[in-house]
Amino acid sequence: MKKNIWINLGFQAGAFLLALLITTLILIFAGAPPLKAYGSILSGAFGSQKNLIAVLISWSPLLLTTAGVLITFAAGLWNIGIEGQMTLGAIFATWGLRLFQDTNVSPALIIAIGLLFGMAGGALWAALAGALKTFGGVNEIFGGLGLNFVATALTIYLVFGPWKRPGVGSMSGTKPFDEKLWLSTLPGTALSPWGIGLSILAVIVVFILLRGTYFGLKLKAVGKNMRSAFMLGVPTWQYSMFAFLLCGAFAGLAGAIQVEAVYHRLLPNISNGYGFLGLLVAMLINYQAIWVIPIAFFFAALNVGSIQLQIVHKMDSSFAGVLQDLLVLLILLGQGARERLLKKA
Amino acid sequence: MKVELRNIHKRFGKVHASNDIALTIPAGTIQGILGENGAGKSTLMKILSGFIQADSGEILLDDRQVSIKSPADAIQLGIGMLHQDPLDFPPMRLVDNFLLGHAGGLFPNHKEVAWDIQKLNAQFGFALDPEAYVDSLTVGERQQLEILRLLWLGARVLILDEPTTGISASQKTKLFETLRKLAEQGKTIIFVSHKLEDVDVLCHKVAVLTAGKLMGEMNPPFDQKKLVELMFGKEISLGERYSAAAEGATLTLRDLAVEDARLQLSNVNLELRAGEVVGLAGMEGSGQGLFIRACCGLLRPVHGKVTLNHLDLTGKSYHVYKQNGATFLPASRMEEGLVPGLTLTEHFILAEETQGVFINQERGLVLAEERIRSFNIRGTPTSVVESLSGGNQQRALLALLRTPLSLILLEHPTRGLDIESAIYIWGKLKERCKQGSSIVFASSDLEELLQYSDRVIVFYSGKSTPPLDARSLTAGKLGELIGGAGWDEWETEQSA
Repeated sequence: MKKNIWINLGFQAGAFLLALLITTLILIFAGAPPLKAYGSILSGAFGSQKNLIAVLISWSPLLLTTAGVLITFAAGLWNIGIEGQMTLGAIFATWGLRLFQDTNVSPALIIAIGLLFGMAGGALWAALAGALKTFGGVNEIFGGLGLNFVATALTIYLVFGPWKRPGVGSMSGTKPFDEKLWLSTLPGTALSPWGIGLSILAVIVVFILLRGTYFGLKLKAVGKNMRSAFMLGVPTWQYSMFAFLLCGAFAGLAGAIQVEAVYHRLLPNISNGYGFLGLLVAMLINYQAIWVIPIAFFFAALNVGSIQLQIVHKMDSSFAGVLQDLLVLLILLGQGARERLLKKA
Repeated sequence: MKVELRNIHKRFGKVHASNDIALTIPAGTIQGILGENGAGKSTLMKILSGFIQADSGEILLDDRQVSIKSPADAIQLGIGMLHQDPLDFPPMRLVDNFLLGHAGGLFPNHKEVAWDIQKLNAQFGFALDPEAYVDSLTVGERQQLEILRLLWLGARVLILDEPTTGISASQKTKLFETLRKLAEQGKTIIFVSHKLEDVDVLCHKVAVLTAGKLMGEMNPPFDQKKLVELMFGKEISLGERYSAAAEGATLTLRDLAVEDARLQLSNVNLELRAGEVVGLAGMEGSGQGLFIRACCGLLRPVHGKVTLNHLDLTGKSYHVYKQNGATFLPASRMEEGLVPGLTLTEHFILAEETQGVFINQERGLVLAEERIRSFNIRGTPTSVVESLSGGNQQRALLALLRTPLSLILLEHPTRGLDIESAIYIWGKLKERCKQGSSIVFASSDLEELLQYSDRVIVFYSGKSTPPLDARSLTAGKLGELIGGAGWDEWETEQSA
């Protein structure tokens, strides 16, 4: 047993080093001095308080989306539709704020309503993907992908149509909300302690859910073998739907926080790839909730840090994506190789 | 082409699926391969057709030793196999199906192939349209298509695996005609089946396999009794039978009719008494599966009534049956019983009633340790189920059963288990009977059926006998019924 853990760790480390090696080669080919580039990423992420805060700001939605997909993965579902669910969360939160912004309802309550609306919107969008799968036989990957496009189109329609800024609609989004409807942030930043707190809470909830509850155990049974789970008396499709709803609610909350704390308005592409990144993080940590917090932080740091590459080395900032994707790919490859080798042994 | 197998061995883990098989089939012969499910028929045929490789042994074609590493090798050498489920491409046209398996140039010549199909059609009296789509064909026509395709590819040895399952009587006649014609042309036909009657009318020669071994060969006229004996092993000795049947019905079936895409079962009646054991006999896929699934709501009956403990549950779902004390343990333990990746403890927790939100891990562990002990499972509470051996998986499944239960349905409860495990499992089941549970089990093991059942229902191609008193049955009689002989008694009754 012990030995297995070490072999496992060895493969992980090997995969990490290989990913680093390949990205270094890419950097060399791109004409950027590798060490300097890595240095820029580091200083871009942690070099100043401002940068660190930017990392924390992207950490929060990543925690939420990763927590969400851990649930759907446990149920054996590939919730690719999480991007759309986050977008719908943002749309619903905006809707909630707009509904109450000109009333006498206390701002704190409106903010809470916005968050709840966001969760409901995400859950609704996830329920659609779930219903397509359960009742329509549409694989959740295709259903989710399609719904992502619909969600994007819907945002653009709203931003340029019914919710456009006074005058002319613009890609920069709807008219910003009044300051009293902003989720409280650290002074002078877009970092909301509430957002961070709720995100960490979500991870803890998922951790407990999957670890010690009947719900989590049944979900895992459904994910690992639906037929056996059914024979053991688990209402299988209902559990799949629950998984979608929960994941959607978390993604929706992430979208709502983007609206209420970061941008204070709805804008196109508000999900910003956090959903897909959440899927990557979940795969990288082998679906173990305990690792979400540090690894999501690492990914957020890479994302923010690589913005420096663009500024300093004139490289595309998507370089962070290259490193992240390689990492996940090689770790998965390492797991496959390990299984093959151990089976042969 | 003459086919010769010498000392073929193949093992899958502990199972010796082909054990020193030696068989010679002269050119122009229709060779029957007979055996019950799991006897090793398919393994042997897959070795000959290149789907799997033997661990050791030789294959000779026309006295020349060959090595067959893939189905492509096999067809190159002239060996074609017709699978039980046709391996064709339903959304494509017939010609395209022909071209797919053909090692041809870059640009397929449709016209020529269509012409070839017509020529072959004429030769065998088939009426296949080359431009038709495969999914518009019946099972029988797809079989014809596959035969033509293999011949077109140059097959001189044709292997047919259970070809008479799922086709109509007239298609069967046609198939047999075709096979006879091919044999006259000097082609070698290998006909794998468990149906005595088919083998009887068609084959020139029969080999019987049991548990991976070639038990014997026979030339016509075939002695059915002898074949049955060979198939099921010579000595069928019965242990002491004991019965716990009491009064009061747990399950009643009234004029039940169920069907799936392949099979229809109708006019089934049963009154199952508390503590009674009813065995379902028959070759795999003869209707027992339908029957057992209809008894627990996994299959909705098209007609008739199912009552459990005097409650009409017709058309209700499996979970409703489960709540009313019925449970089903299917044959495929890892697919429909246990959840790979979960531990024994997690299974026991899942199987028990949910209590609150949080799992009491300690109580789960205590429960697991107790069940592991009382069911003699070789594993620990944290063992994942796939790490257990087949026998221990079966014990685990039984250990998952809740108490009390009024109806336990099982498929092949002891298949693949060693004798010790089998006896143990029946001991546990009989304990349940004493507590008032009724048991319905399907099995292909005659000894098991006769020893443990109070009554037996035999299935054959969607027909079923009324429940027969197990004491009045012999292994020979049961074997005959399973093979489709001696059914006249009920057929006249049904038509009357």
